[in-house]
Amino acid sequence: MSTKPKIPTIWDIPREELFAPGHRMCQGCGAAILMRHITKALGKDAIIVEATGCVEVTTTVYPQTAWKHPWLHIAFENAAAGASGVEAAIKAMKRKGVIPKDKKVKVVAIGGDGGTFDIGLQALSGMLERRHNVLYIVYDNEAYMNTGIQRSGATPYKAWTTTTPVGKVWRGEWRPKKDIMGIVLAHRVPYAATVNPAYITDLYMKVRKAVEIEGPTFIHAFSPCTPGWRIDPALTVTVSRLAVQTGVWINYEVENGEFRVTTPVPKRKPVKEYLRLQGRFRHLTEEEIAEIQRMVDEEVERINKLVGKTVIGPVVE
Amino acid sequence: MARVEFINANLAIAEGVMAAGLRFFAGYPITPTSDLFEYLAVELPKRGGVVIQFEDEIASINAVIGASWGGAPAMTATSGPGFSLMLEGLSFAIMTETPLLLAYIMRADPSTGVPTKSTQADVFQARYGAHGNYEIPALVPWSAQEAYELGAKALWVAERLRVPTILLSDATLAHTFERVEFVPVRRAERKKPRVPPEEYRPYEPEDDLVPPMASFGEGYNVMVESLTHDERGYYAPTNEAHRRLIWRLVEKVRRNWRLIHDTKTYYMDDAEVAIYAYGSTARAAYAAVKELRREGLKVGLVRPTALWPFIDEDLKRAVGGARRVFVVENNIGLMYKEVARALRDKEVVSAPLIDLELPTPDQIIEVVKEWRR
Repeated sequence: MSTKPKIPTIWDIPREELFAPGHRMCQGCGAAILMRHITKALGKDAIIVEATGCVEVTTTVYPQTAWKHPWLHIAFENAAAGASGVEAAIKAMKRKGVIPKDKKVKVVAIGGDGGTFDIGLQALSGMLERRHNVLYIVYDNEAYMNTGIQRSGATPYKAWTTTTPVGKVWRGEWRPKKDIMGIVLAHRVPYAATVNPAYITDLYMKVRKAVEIEGPTFIHAFSPCTPGWRIDPALTVTVSRLAVQTGVWINYEVENGEFRVTTPVPKRKPVKEYLRLQGRFRHLTEEEIAEIQRMVDEEVERINKLVGKTVIGPVVE
Repeated sequence: MARVEFINANLAIAEGVMAAGLRFFAGYPITPTSDLFEYLAVELPKRGGVVIQFEDEIASINAVIGASWGGAPAMTATSGPGFSLMLEGLSFAIMTETPLLLAYIMRADPSTGVPTKSTQADVFQARYGAHGNYEIPALVPWSAQEAYELGAKALWVAERLRVPTILLSDATLAHTFERVEFVPVRRAERKKPRVPPEEYRPYEPEDDLVPPMASFGEGYNVMVESLTHDERGYYAPTNEAHRRLIWRLVEKVRRNWRLIHDTKTYYMDDAEVAIYAYGSTARAAYAAVKELRREGLKVGLVRPTALWPFIDEDLKRAVGGARRVFVVENNIGLMYKEVARALRDKEVVSAPLIDLELPTPDQIIEVVKEWRR
């Protein structure tokens, strides 16, 4: 008879901070919450390779340097390539006996959505294909926020950015968000998951699991950007939670091909509740919101089919 | 009177290229260039053009190459790291004689450096960054007004000479808001074939060494070949064909330098000492010259509006009778090497004043006075 696994709570997360406070990230930055808890989950023996992006720029400037881990900033397009090199070197040093064979050194690459979905996709694909023992984490704030809110492959349908302006003809981004998880899973990785800063224990357990698994692993993190999304800095977690409750974002993991939704939503809220808090969606008409609702419904249906039962329920007003 | 706006040099470039007939922009966000892109994203579609954001700089410049062969005056804009990624495409555009404009807004120094501030560190990167033997025009504005005018001119040069052309601005100018008058500019036009399709040879030059260019869909057989090719565009791996092509690509830019260059001189009529400065640094140099003149020193300013191709005779004419030349620039003394080579009979002094904002007139005055003693 199997014992039921203990459900982790916030008390299971270590107190020790490995991401120091006093950095230059915005008030209410979703990525700040993510980095704080990701580093807690990683523990001390980890090397972080970071692509150019908001997190890189805002966490490194002395004396507001936030990283307690060994940390390497590399160019925009090649966090995954840099991490591949670090991981291969560790392998070589273990083989030569420079570092003990049983010492577990975790290598983690972190990139934003621009550095992952767009310019870094080639390096990411190469890393996954070569089966490097690296965890790649993308914090997805759905546009190039560091350079001033230009669209990226991760920008959602109808969102305003400076390069997808809103007017009579253009209504913000007119293409749906790129399915990065689909791309990653097509590489047959042993583990890939989505996380959300409103669900910290879920995030913690997933990062822990990902670094324990041998081979390339991937985490796609939802990361609200207060200036880019035009949201109240006090509402970062509210918006994050609403993303899950409306089905815009689904927390799931895929372990060796087995698909599991980790945050079931029996009763969904209408997508309007998520959209109305954000200035980047302020131009939307009722019809446009209905269109987005339809797209979310379709995605929810797809996910339910993958799971084989209704884990994300219907919209209940 | 022409429309007047209070804008920065990046937006002035955008206005200039639109006035010259830009139809296609492909780009990727990078500080300090993004506002040029953002402005065009709003404005160019209104004027019937297309703006597309690509997944990186490599895709951006190659999309521009495609658009150019599709018949549209096309450009991209970037800064140092992005330019590095574009270099393969740039070399391809040089070899295939693809007109395109690349606005290069310099930021401070290797890798990430200081993205929001500027030096003039990339004047050689602009010239020598790509692989192979080549010449490339690079225009260098010193104000928002000139960014407007040279932006338009650079697009015109690209189309006229069938050559990728660089507009070399910097972060200081990108953040400088000034009065800009939208004066009339020449519209960019490329030479079209004057022969029927069966007689057309895509790389056969006219007397000015520029071959007329047929775009896709105009009824001509267009073969875009980056291998060493003959006039027909067929691969020709022979010494004769290779030398002929390379020298023509180089001479095409050098011989037509008068279409590119317009070296400005200030107080040079009776100057004994000249300051050679370009771009944003020339602003400080100009202030220094005026101050030194007030003190009675016979100092003048030579300010090229194009750094490349570097034309010795043009510089010699501008410097005239001055016996000492200070090369003031916001880098480790790069253009000094060219100026000193061209002016071997004069005393050429390098004044490399690296400053993330802009060298001040006082710094320049100090250099000039130091050498007077």
